[in-house]
Amino acid sequence: MNLTLKIWRQAGATAKGAMHTYEVDEISEDMSFLEMLDVLNEQLNEQGEEPVAFDHDCREGICGSCDLMINGRPHGPEVTTTCQLHMRSFKDGDTIHVEPWRAEGFPVVKDLIVDRSAFDRIIQAGGYISVNTGAAPDAHATPVPREDAMKAFNVATCIGCGACVAACPNGSASLFMGAKITHLGRLPQGQPERDSRVVSMVAQHDAEGFGGCTNIGECTSACPKEIPLDVISQLNKDLRTAIRHGH
Amino acid sequence: MTDQSGTVALNKPAEQQSDDAHGYYTRGENIVDGAAPTGPIKDRWTNHIFDTRLVNPANRRKLDVIIVGTGLAGGAAAATLGEAGYNVKSFCYQDSPRRAHSIAAQGGINGAKNYKEDGDSVFRLFYDTVKGGDYRSRESNVYRLAEVSASIIDQCVAQGVPFAREYGGLLDNRSFGGVQVSRTFYARGQTGQQLLIGAYQALERQVAAGTVTTYTRHDMLELVMVDGKARGIIARDLSTGEIETHLADAVVLASGGYGNVFFLSTNAMGCNVTATWRAHRKGAYMANPCYTQIHPTCIPVAGEHQSKLTLMSESLRNDGRIWVPKNADDCTKDPREIPEEDRDYYLERIYPAFGNLVPRDIASRQAKNVCDEGRGVGPKVGDFRRGVYLDFSEVIERTGEDKVREKYDNLFDMYERITGENPYEVPMRIYPAVHYVMGGLWVDYDLQSNVPGLFVTGEANFSDHGANRLGASALMQGLSDGYFVLPNTIRGYLADGPFETIDESHPAVVEARTSVEQRIETFLSINGTRSVDSFHRELGHIMWEFCGMERSEEGLRKAIDMIRELKREFWSNLRVLGSADTLNQALEKAGRVADFIELGELMCIDALNRRESCGGHFRAESQTEEGEALRHDDEFAYVAAWEFGGDEGQPVLHKEDLIYTAIEMKQRSYK
Repeated sequence: MNLTLKIWRQAGATAKGAMHTYEVDEISEDMSFLEMLDVLNEQLNEQGEEPVAFDHDCREGICGSCDLMINGRPHGPEVTTTCQLHMRSFKDGDTIHVEPWRAEGFPVVKDLIVDRSAFDRIIQAGGYISVNTGAAPDAHATPVPREDAMKAFNVATCIGCGACVAACPNGSASLFMGAKITHLGRLPQGQPERDSRVVSMVAQHDAEGFGGCTNIGECTSACPKEIPLDVISQLNKDLRTAIRHGH
Repeated sequence: MTDQSGTVALNKPAEQQSDDAHGYYTRGENIVDGAAPTGPIKDRWTNHIFDTRLVNPANRRKLDVIIVGTGLAGGAAAATLGEAGYNVKSFCYQDSPRRAHSIAAQGGINGAKNYKEDGDSVFRLFYDTVKGGDYRSRESNVYRLAEVSASIIDQCVAQGVPFAREYGGLLDNRSFGGVQVSRTFYARGQTGQQLLIGAYQALERQVAAGTVTTYTRHDMLELVMVDGKARGIIARDLSTGEIETHLADAVVLASGGYGNVFFLSTNAMGCNVTATWRAHRKGAYMANPCYTQIHPTCIPVAGEHQSKLTLMSESLRNDGRIWVPKNADDCTKDPREIPEEDRDYYLERIYPAFGNLVPRDIASRQAKNVCDEGRGVGPKVGDFRRGVYLDFSEVIERTGEDKVREKYDNLFDMYERITGENPYEVPMRIYPAVHYVMGGLWVDYDLQSNVPGLFVTGEANFSDHGANRLGASALMQGLSDGYFVLPNTIRGYLADGPFETIDESHPAVVEARTSVEQRIETFLSINGTRSVDSFHRELGHIMWEFCGMERSEEGLRKAIDMIRELKREFWSNLRVLGSADTLNQALEKAGRVADFIELGELMCIDALNRRESCGGHFRAESQTEEGEALRHDDEFAYVAAWEFGGDEGQPVLHKEDLIYTAIEMKQRSYK
C-alpha cells in the first residue's frame, strides 16, 4: 500500500518543531508500524535527509520504549504497543499523523522521542519494597492468597510506556502510579511502607508537572496492558488512609 | 554418585588433533582459572566467600564502581553494591533501566527449592545444567549457580515479585525445558519482566539513597586502562552527543549478549556487543564466541523488511504437535485440508521417546532440515518456505478451546496480532531463531576477566551455560551473578583499593577519549552510499547462512572472506547523516555494527576451529550416521578464549581445560 505520513520533526529540546510530509510506498500489511518507519528512514537516508528519530527496542510489546501518537491516539488505533501495531490496521492511500507523546511531564528530546525519566523519579520516591539483598526470609515464610497474587500480577504488568499520560487531557500519571501502588499494596510484603509510599509518590508526581486525575478514563482505554481504572481509586483510597494516619 | 573430594579428575585434558582454522589464528599459552577453589564441590563457594577479603563499611564509600548494563545482572549488582555502601555509577543505553532486555524473558526462573518434594536438589540442578550445556561449562561455577538459586527466589519474593501461587498461598512451580522435576518459578508468561522490575525498583531505591547514580541513554564506547588495570569508561551521552569520561576503581560489564550479530534475532533492537568488544580489543579474552542458542519456537520471517523475530514460549510444545506435509506439493495448501496420512510429525517419528519435547538444539535443527528439503510452509522468503506447523487442533478437540485459551491466551493473541492468522483455527507456524549466546568475555571464578579490575556478569560472560542453555536458567544466572556472586567476589579486588587517583588528563584517558572521538568523526565523514542497516542485514545473512544452525568447514571459510570484504566496504561506503553533537541513532548503530562485523569474523574462526558438534554448535563434519550431533571430548573439552591480535594480526587462541571432578561426561541421547 501507499501512504502519506505527516511526522513531527524537531531538531532538539529547544528547537521549534513542525509537521513534515513524506510518502512511502510498497508497504506490506504484515509490517509492523515501526518497520514501516524503518522503510521511511532508509528512504530518507538515500535522499540525504536525516532519518526520523523514534524510541523503540524490544519490538515485542514488553519493554515500553515505543511511544508514538498515531492519528491522535497513543500507539494508534488498536489497544496495543506501537511495535505490535501492524500495517493491516491501515488502508492504501491513508494519511497517518505521527507525533511524540504530548505532556508537560514528557519534554521532547528530538523528533518523536520524549524524556520519560520522570517515571523513574516517581519510582525512586517509594515504588519499591525496602529489602536488602541477602536479608530475605524463605519464600514460603509468607503465604500470599492466590487471588491477591493474581491481582498484584495483573497490575504489575504495567510497562511504563506513558500512554496513560499522553492520553489524559490533564497529563496525569495516576494510572501509572496507581498500578505500582496497587501492585505493592496487594502483597503482605508491601504493607510496612504502604502509607509513606503513596504520599511520597504522589508528591513527586505533582512536582514533575503531571496533572491531577479527574476520572476521564482515557488512560485506561489507551493502556496497552489494560490496567484498570480502579487502580486510581485504590491510589486515592491509600492516600486518604495515609493522611488519616498522620502522614 | 561420584567421588566428592573434588580432587579426582574424571577426564583427561583434551588434545586437539584437527586444525581446521590453521592460518587464521595463532596459539597462545593455556590459561587456568586462577581464582578457582578446590575441595568438595559443595563447600567451594562457602569457603571462597570466607577466604575473600572484606572491605570495612567506612572504606566502601571511598570506592567507585562502574556497572554497564541494567538488566538482571547489572541492575541487581548495582542495587546490591549500593546497599553495601560503595559508590556506584550505573549505565544503560535505554531511556530507563527498566527497559533492559531481560524484561522480555517469558518462561521462568529455576530454583532448587524442592518445594514439590520430587527429588530435586542443588546437585540435580547442577547436573541438569552441565549435561544440558553438553559439558562445556565450568563445574564449580555451575554448582555455585545451583546453590545460590534458592536464595534468588527468596530475595525476589521479598521484593514483591508476584510469582504464581497455589490456592494455599504457597508458590507454584512448573516443569520446563525437558527436565523431570518442577523447579521453575514463573509469573505467567512475563517472568523476566517481573524479575527485572524487582531489580529495577531495588536499584531506584539506591538512587534515592544516593549510593547509585544512573546514566541512562549512555553508550559505553571505550574501556580506560591504566597500568594494566580497568579504571573507567568513555561513554557517549546519546541525547546530547557529549563524550564523557567516567573513572572508577573497578568496572563491571553486564551488557548482555550479542545475538544481534545475526541482525534478525529475538533480542531487542539495541542489544549490542560494543561494551564487551571494546574490552576485548583492550585485552580481555572472548570465550567460545561461536556458541549461539537457536530457539525452536519463534514466529517465522514474513518478508524482506522484517526487523526482528518474536519468541513464542517453549511451553507451547507441551500441547502442540509439530508437523510438515509429507509431500512438497502440499506446502501451499490450507493445512486443514491435508489429511492425517499426508502429514509428517517428524519429531514424534524420529524421537519417539521425547517427541515434540526434545531439547532446543535438536528441535531447531530438525525444523531446518525439513524446510531445506523443500517441505517448509508459509510465505516464501528467498528460495525457501521457512516454517513448520505447531498444531493445537488435537488438544483443542480433546480438552476444549476454553482450556487452551486459559493456558495460552496471551501467546495466541500475540501470534494473531503479528501474523493476522487465528491459531485456534489454523495451525501456528514456527521457525527457529537466534535467541541467546553462551559465549562471552572470559572470566575466572570471581567473574573477573583476564584484565584486572574488569568484571563481567550475566549473558556478557561465558561461564555457566556451556554450549547450550537450559530453559529458565538465563534469569537464574543474571540474578545469581548480580545479587550474590559479584558482590562477594569483587570485594576481594576492592580490598586493595582505593587505587591511585587518576584524572582526565592522564595519557591513557586522553588516548581512550581521542580514539572514541576520531572513530565517531570517521563514521560521519565516510560519506558513502549505504545505510548502516543495509550492512547489518548483510552481515546477518552471512552469519545465519554459514555460522547459524549448521556450520561446515567450507561455509565458514567462505563466510570469513565475505565478512572481510564487507568490512572493507563498510569503512569506505557507509553513509551516516546528521552530526555528532546531538541525538543521532544512525551514528549509534554505526559503532555497534562496526563491532558486530569484527565479532562475526571471530565467531566464524572459533566455529571453524571447533570440529565437533556440541550444544548450539553443529558442525556438518561431525555427526553420527543418523545425523545426530557428535561431540569430541578428547579433542575439544576446553574453553576457547581468544585474545585480540591487533587490526592486522590474527587472534590468539588460549585454551582452558575443562576438568570435571563431580560429574562424568556422557553423550546426550534423546532417542
